[in-house]
Amino acid sequence: MAEKQKGFPLPSSLKVVPGTEAAQAAYPYYMQFHDGDDDRFWFYNSMHFPEPMHHFDMVTAEAAYCALGSFNTRVHVLPTTKGIDHRIINGRVFIGGVPVTDPAEIEARMAEFQQRAFYYYEHWEDLYAQWKDKMKALIAEAQALPKPELPELEPIETTHTGKGVASNHALIDTYRKQLEGYFRMWHHHFEFLLLGYGAYLTFFDFCKRAFPEISDQAISRMVAGMEAEIFRPDEELKRLARRAVELGVDDRFHEGMVIEDVLASLDQLGGKGREWLDELEQSRNPWFNVNVGDGFYHYHRSWNDDLSMPFAALPGYIEKIRAGTNIERPTEKLVEEREQLVADYRELLDTEEDKATYDQLITLAHRVFPYVEGHKFYCEHWYTNLFFNKIREFGALLAEHGFWEKEEDVFHLTHYELESAIVDLMLSWSSGSPPIGPGHWPAIVAERKAAITAWAEHTVPPALGMVPDVIDDPAIVMLWGITRESLDAWLSDGESNENELKGFAACTGVVEGTARVIKSVKEIDRIEEGDILVCQVTNPTWSPLFQKISAAVSDIGGLLRHQASAARRYGRPAGVGAGAPTPKGRGTAREARGGGV
Amino acid sequence: MTTAIAWFSEVGIADRPTVGGKGGSLGELTSLGESAGAEVPPGFVVTTHAFELFLAALEERAPVRARVEALDPSDLAAANTLSAELRARVIEEAMPREVEQAILDAHARLCGDAAIPVAVRSSATTEDAEDASFAGLQDTFLWVLDAASTVARVRECWGSLYSAESMTYRLKHGLPEEGVAMAVVVQQMVDARCAGVMFTRSPTTGDKSVITIEGAWGLGSAVVSGEVTPDRWVLGKITGEISVRDISDKHARQIPAEGGGIVEVDLPAEMRQAPCLTDEDLQKLRDIGRKIERHYGRPQDIEWAVGQDGRIFLLQSRPETVWSARDAAPVAKPEADPLKHVMSIFGGRR
Repeated sequence: MAEKQKGFPLPSSLKVVPGTEAAQAAYPYYMQFHDGDDDRFWFYNSMHFPEPMHHFDMVTAEAAYCALGSFNTRVHVLPTTKGIDHRIINGRVFIGGVPVTDPAEIEARMAEFQQRAFYYYEHWEDLYAQWKDKMKALIAEAQALPKPELPELEPIETTHTGKGVASNHALIDTYRKQLEGYFRMWHHHFEFLLLGYGAYLTFFDFCKRAFPEISDQAISRMVAGMEAEIFRPDEELKRLARRAVELGVDDRFHEGMVIEDVLASLDQLGGKGREWLDELEQSRNPWFNVNVGDGFYHYHRSWNDDLSMPFAALPGYIEKIRAGTNIERPTEKLVEEREQLVADYRELLDTEEDKATYDQLITLAHRVFPYVEGHKFYCEHWYTNLFFNKIREFGALLAEHGFWEKEEDVFHLTHYELESAIVDLMLSWSSGSPPIGPGHWPAIVAERKAAITAWAEHTVPPALGMVPDVIDDPAIVMLWGITRESLDAWLSDGESNENELKGFAACTGVVEGTARVIKSVKEIDRIEEGDILVCQVTNPTWSPLFQKISAAVSDIGGLLRHQASAARRYGRPAGVGAGAPTPKGRGTAREARGGGV
Repeated sequence: MTTAIAWFSEVGIADRPTVGGKGGSLGELTSLGESAGAEVPPGFVVTTHAFELFLAALEERAPVRARVEALDPSDLAAANTLSAELRARVIEEAMPREVEQAILDAHARLCGDAAIPVAVRSSATTEDAEDASFAGLQDTFLWVLDAASTVARVRECWGSLYSAESMTYRLKHGLPEEGVAMAVVVQQMVDARCAGVMFTRSPTTGDKSVITIEGAWGLGSAVVSGEVTPDRWVLGKITGEISVRDISDKHARQIPAEGGGIVEVDLPAEMRQAPCLTDEDLQKLRDIGRKIERHYGRPQDIEWAVGQDGRIFLLQSRPETVWSARDAAPVAKPEADPLKHVMSIFGGRR
């Protein structure tokens, strides 16, 4: 059948939403689509950036791609792929891989890769221990940065100590250090990630060839770690629920409670009430340093900053404890189950050779996986929360000086623009004249606010440009779960039943329930018991929600991704990579099938 | 086995020469059944010894084997004439008293006064005889109501040895008449709510980590004969996760007929698209399948039924043959340096 080759729209054919041209132009020039981009393949990174990007938040894209590409291209020297280019239009981040296709270059890079990457694998445990120390030091540095403040007059200590540097200098110093730390954090993030995923995927690939119909879920269960930091916040919530029951203060927690009132009443109660509040403090530091998103948006606040997410889960857990249900993770039992699975699949292999290979691969996968599961807590959550909160402090200071109305408005500036506003304020404090910013920024902030709203109403294609014959870029397959097959599925989307969502099973099962389309984390409280969650992407800090919902479906996501693993932990059917369900869904559909859909 | 009758509980695979493949397998399954969590409907085998006693009685009156040996396998008309003659003798001529009485006694012990219906099935003694290519040897009579009919059906099974196809097949393949014998299985019938087959590997990819279950409402004959498109499930053998649920439109089911035998009836609308097994049934079957496979040390092709009361019964288990013949090539050889394996991911297209 000679069918016309299908493709996605060209980047040059995408139109900026009318009225948002200035907001679009304000993104750095290197993020704008330009000549030559039509010849490449791009896809919308709705996994990491599912919502239109505030101008400041684009720092996450550039910091992450600076680091990801460096490790792929020049540190580990991946043979067949370099880094990731990114472009933004209408607030949406499109990315494109840079494959290496020249056989001689691949050959040369192969030799480099083996001496570099293999060194990491060989010294994995030591390097990872060192990594944790580096991350903790980086976090401590960020915590030590002062709150940006401008006194009316310099404190007398500056005179007495002969410091010789005035307070306005601390603003640019703190800002640049914080920004530098954020870029550095992303380097640490990618130091191990691709190697970890690669080792895991090698085992995954072997299993798929030995057992063509094995589910991704079964493979990940064989590898899953039990102690990863990212699961800990949810465990802390269970602990707090149990302590509430033990202390007899559990009657204070119920659906729809006002958190401030609950905290005040516990404090007033004294004794047992205060004891529980002490327990809460213990859990909060550091375990509530997780945000309710992926850490890629400033408004994905941490549990510490907004207790509503953790508290929303408490009544459910308390209810289960009262009913005598054991909600603790039976770690030993889980380890035993994992070992049994590994042994049972091994037994099915036909040859001794395969068994020997299998042993080699599962051993490597188990060694690397603690990093794969554990890094997010330090990077995307703990450090990122500190980072955005520091920017928020600048937002508040500048708001105080009339640059804009609210501290959150600061996120409508790019990080370059913010530095200019800080310098403006420094100059003003220095000269004694009023700053220029208050006459400059409010109109711009208003314009960009309107643009974000307009872009949120506007959908973009899942991909742009011509479809490559194969996608064998290991980074794209590993991080985004995008393969030639998934692109074909996206392309044929128009031909399928428009009331049906198709994707890949991350955890199998069949349930029926109200499909609740959640377009942003702000809508989390709309979720009701037994709902099927339909969203662009979820992450581990939504875990406490999985006790409430009956299934989940998301637009995009590799099988290594969070929703997949959270669903598996909670035994909820989940589909990922459904293309673009969220804009289509209207919140009334019923029935979700994971597996064989 | 030098008795005319052998009970399932007394035989195993090793007894194939006297009880046939089906009989031996049912014996093996009976011993295994309890620990596997499923029962085999009780029954007995009319052994090859019984057949030989009967054949000896026939030979005393007029030759049988010599007549077959003298047949020209290319002369179809002669084969048809001889077949009609010999089959008539097998159906009509007197059976040695000891053989007939043994069958009647065993039937009485199996069914008591309750008039429990039975299935009567031929059970061939040679490996290739289980092949559909050995035409005419796959006789199965369902829902046989009494002892006299049972004896008559046993005769029909024996008679199938003298079908034109069967005789000419033996002659063309040089199989000596001396060794020709047949056992017959007599087994209590299950009034199945639903029934079907289970493969302990994937029929499409050969994957040994999944179990495929097919089933439809009513007796399993509807599935085995292909009369009804069955529901189909694929389960992780080890994990139990259900990755495929293919619920078909089952237009009919086969049920016992009033005067014996079976009849096909239309299904009420609400049952047509309803899955014939619950998830709990599927998990029980998976567990049973794993245990049987472990017992035999290789993937199996299993026939099962669920009674009206929900009990699971095993009707047959055979080694899977298609994919087993292809096993061997390793997926990936072990490496002296295990790290080399990651090049399959990082090294580009294989």
